[in-house]
Amino acid sequence: MRDTRILMGMPITVDITDDVPPQLMEDVYDYFTAIDRRFSLYKPDSEISAYNRGDVGHANLSAEMHEVLALAERTKSQTDGYFEIRKPDGRIDPSGIVKGWAINNAALLLRRSGVRNFYVDAGGDIQAAGLNADGEDWRVGIRNPFNDAEIVKALSLRNCGIATSGTYVRGQHIYNPHHLSQQIDDIVSLTVIGPDVLEADRFATAAFAMGENGIYFIEDLPGLEGYIISARGIATQTTGFGAFVIS
Amino acid sequence: MKFPTHSSILALSAVAFFGVATLDSALASQWLSFLTPDVATTPAVDNAAPVQLAANTRKYSDGSFTGDAFDAYYGMVQVQANIQGGHLVSIDVLQSPNHQRTSRAINRQALPMLESAVIRAQGTRINMVSGATLTSRAYLQSLYGALAQAGS
Repeated sequence: MRDTRILMGMPITVDITDDVPPQLMEDVYDYFTAIDRRFSLYKPDSEISAYNRGDVGHANLSAEMHEVLALAERTKSQTDGYFEIRKPDGRIDPSGIVKGWAINNAALLLRRSGVRNFYVDAGGDIQAAGLNADGEDWRVGIRNPFNDAEIVKALSLRNCGIATSGTYVRGQHIYNPHHLSQQIDDIVSLTVIGPDVLEADRFATAAFAMGENGIYFIEDLPGLEGYIISARGIATQTTGFGAFVIS
Repeated sequence: MKFPTHSSILALSAVAFFGVATLDSALASQWLSFLTPDVATTPAVDNAAPVQLAANTRKYSDGSFTGDAFDAYYGMVQVQANIQGGHLVSIDVLQSPNHQRTSRAINRQALPMLESAVIRAQGTRINMVSGATLTSRAYLQSLYGALAQAGS
């Protein structure tokens, strides 16, 4: 069973190899809908919007919001401050961590229901579990940042997460939080494979802000592998990355 | 070409918060938020422009409009825009990629280096793609086409 819907501003695909009741698919999308209501910066009635306006104090935030903010704080300290959800204007934008967190929770929802073989893909960040319909590990491409119509790697994934940070759509706007005037322009794409999509996503986001040094940061982290593409079209991969590569 | 899914998309869920009148711009903003790199320090201001313009400044004709199908490498994507009261209220996904796509190889010279290499296009069969903009851009292209029809 497979479905794609547009939620949180992106296509979200859920593909379940196992036979499951159709309601389970609805439950997954209902979860993403609820997350969007709470965390969308574009909804004036969202909790994050109320918090940013000062209408809700920190003590009165929901458990989910506390969890996300704590996770962001932990990620910041784990990444030498390269992961930062506070904008220069003082507002909080947790979207850099909510996506991976929500995909991971959606995957947990499926696992708790006994589903073993599935993937959840939200905007190109993916949790892959078990096998595809052909009985293989899930096969995931890494997009060519210079050409939408190509992939530059094909990977074989089972029970892990993958996330790619990049900067291509409308020019360059990723910044080094330690030097806001410096745009990251030496790298164009950084992919991280981790034990789950939350780990992959938060470290991919932080490592990207480190520029060319990001791949060495990933290399030093146990359980994570990475693949970085420079602005010149040169790719560098961590030592364990090759184990996932089909071609 | 398969038409595997015809999903009702959830723009409608936002109606409870905005009312239909502002829904199209909210939807457009969501698209933009997705098309902007997900690094925490990305300035929010940059999220403002193109789709919102398209969605806000036009008054659309009521009805359902189908965009062209676009290539997302591992399959085609196509959407249908549903207009009510002159506004975009929901999007149906008519086609989404399956994993049968096999070949699109372009050879480039690879450098024989230990840890680094020139990137090279792969023609390998895959189930899905990591990297946000590929699929979303194809969806957005199809949506643009549908909205262009609604606005004409």
